[in-house]
Amino acid sequence: MHNFDFVKPSTIAEAVAALSHEGAQALSGGQTLIPTMKQRLAAPATLVSLTGIAEMQGVCLGDGGLHIGAATPHATVAREAKAHYPALAKLAGGIGDPAVRNKGTVGGSLANNDPAACYPSAVLASGATIVTNTRTIAADDYFQGMFTTALHDGEIITSVVFPIPEKAAYVKFDQPASRFALTGVFVAKYAGGVRVAVTGASQDGVFRWHEAEAALSANFSPAAVSGLAMESRHMIADLHGTPAYRANLVKVLTSRAVAAAG
Amino acid sequence: MTKVSMTVNGRTVSGEAEGRTLLSSFLREGLGMTGTHIGCDTSQCGACVVHVNGQAVKSCTVFVQDVAGSDVRTIEGMANADGSLSVIQQAFQDHHGLQCGFCTPGMVMSAAALLKENPTPTESEVRHYLEGNICRCTGYHNIVKAVLAASGQDVSKIAAE
Repeated sequence: MHNFDFVKPSTIAEAVAALSHEGAQALSGGQTLIPTMKQRLAAPATLVSLTGIAEMQGVCLGDGGLHIGAATPHATVAREAKAHYPALAKLAGGIGDPAVRNKGTVGGSLANNDPAACYPSAVLASGATIVTNTRTIAADDYFQGMFTTALHDGEIITSVVFPIPEKAAYVKFDQPASRFALTGVFVAKYAGGVRVAVTGASQDGVFRWHEAEAALSANFSPAAVSGLAMESRHMIADLHGTPAYRANLVKVLTSRAVAAAG
Repeated sequence: MTKVSMTVNGRTVSGEAEGRTLLSSFLREGLGMTGTHIGCDTSQCGACVVHVNGQAVKSCTVFVQDVAGSDVRTIEGMANADGSLSVIQQAFQDHHGLQCGFCTPGMVMSAAALLKENPTPTESEVRHYLEGNICRCTGYHNIVKAVLAASGQDVSKIAAE
């Protein structure tokens, strides 16, 4: 790994200032960034740790739903979101392994937008709001394809606000070696309708399955998606699964998620 | 180079570190504490698990400057004060929870984190919790048995397999 300067600010303002320098990069839990740097796929001149910023930590109820500080580790979300949004807590408790969950953060996962990460599906299915140091971004505008987001250079996610659904569930088909989702589906039922978000399947990253949303908004039952067709054209092909296999998984997991949501 | 101080197994320590110095390298090369093993160096295998402020983490995937000032516990801090093996370590010995021993420091640290969170786990909970700790020798059965025994549960009916 190439060397770099390490700074650890204690406020968002200091972090923003540190990130304005050429070659600076934000570090949250580091569970993706550090392995990436070891492979020399990233070589920042300065790393700005976001883990010492108290205002970016914690889980609490507030305006618009459940507010989660962007630097909150998955293990904390699994524990503290359980009473308010159990499906989200369960998703957080199934990421990676226990040691990874003690370090990895929601903000880090969203900023990276790995096409097989779990969190993007919860954010998109919940219609959550990404709060940054300068603005708020609706989930529907935030995800812009594999490893691509609406974030500008130097912009920091400070928190995420999840509207709490009436019912929800996330079902993940594990890729057991990486512990990422081979495919994962998050279903959330709100008074205004059902939202379905799929991760791990598409070459374009997380996406909403609108046909299933319409069918489930009319009839929230596992059978409601059985007559729908899921296109395999844009699905990921790798040694773990063909596009057709992933397209089928999307259907199967959606109906399992509806059953789990009850 | 920056001076980093922290508490390791109850002792205040300090050493020089670069930005890129990992907690695992700081422990092994900086402090000469080689009980923490580096297996894969890609955060897959869990041989490097230590506790930082009571939380199990993979020390090969943490920059030491990010945990400066923390309270760190490693395998060297697991034995009893008189040097005898702790309950978990003794259970690994009694139930042959290791063969080559390379993964054992991480297994013991993860097992300790599990039992703190969940003092009487089921077999399935032990297996699930240890999914980030890879052992290439034992086939896991005796590791799981050792952790269950360390939790005070009767393991006499669990086959060695």
